[in-house]
Amino acid sequence: MPTKQEVFEKIREALVDALGVDEEEVTAEATLVGDLGAESIDFLDIVFRFEKAFGIEIPRAELFPEDILTNAEYVEDGRVTANGVAELKKRMPFADLSNFEANPLVQEFGNLLTVNDMSRYVCSKLGVTE
Amino acid sequence: MRWFWIDRFTEFVSGVRASSVKCVSLAEEHVDEYFPGYPQMTPSFVLEGFAQTGGLLLGQVNDFQERVVLAKISSAKFHCLARPGDHLSYSVTLETIQPDGGLIKATSHLGETLHGEAELTFAYAPDSVVQTEMFEPAEFLRMLRIYGLFDVGVDQDGNPLKIPQRFLDAEARVMT
Repeated sequence: MPTKQEVFEKIREALVDALGVDEEEVTAEATLVGDLGAESIDFLDIVFRFEKAFGIEIPRAELFPEDILTNAEYVEDGRVTANGVAELKKRMPFADLSNFEANPLVQEFGNLLTVNDMSRYVCSKLGVTE
Repeated sequence: MRWFWIDRFTEFVSGVRASSVKCVSLAEEHVDEYFPGYPQMTPSFVLEGFAQTGGLLLGQVNDFQERVVLAKISSAKFHCLARPGDHLSYSVTLETIQPDGGLIKATSHLGETLHGEAELTFAYAPDSVVQTEMFEPAEFLRMLRIYGLFDVGVDQDGNPLKIPQRFLDAEARVMT
């Protein structure tokens, strides 16, 4: 079982390869879209690399819940409703949604996920606690 | 002009690796005209060759049932020029296959010299995006035959690859 630090190192390596960024740029707090420049097609590449690196299967909707963000039941006037935010929290317990919750614009969601969120997600899939 | 970016396969091991060759000729318009006066096989067309070699390697895993599309060039480096008369050897390995697509690594060599290297991401186009087959089956089989895929293709136990029956049926319909 890898440690949290080892998970982070592998995630950093995958993001360096997928996004063509320098290792120093991939900090725990860096956002994938805003800081590292990830575009939508990069998320497919990132998921493939995580799956290979950790030997896990990642349903895309777990990391990138496009189905919620495009569902009229959860979105009104470009903002995620309270029910939608609750659904996102249930789907993504690894992500810190507190800032997003304060101003839940759908267009801002893509800029929410950080490297640390990726680490927490993978650790939860692997059962890593230390 | 047809979209042929390799001349033929020289090795094809299902789900693992494939090798192909591309002979660079001054008779090709893109070689002659891309940089007038400096004929060469530009890297972008070498990447097309990687994509065809790797895309067919990935597609064959599911008997070409998936619509494999090149989604992203994750990285690409080229170290020297390929000129008319050169013989490029492409080698591709399938790094990972997932429910949504896969990743390949590819290299091109001029003799023993490393010419280029790249990583490509492929996605399977879902039914929600594309409702029909991307290629007419008989035409697609004709391309695979031209590339010699079934002449060299083997499964991981070394047994020759079989041509999918639906392709043979489509070919038979065209012939009659």
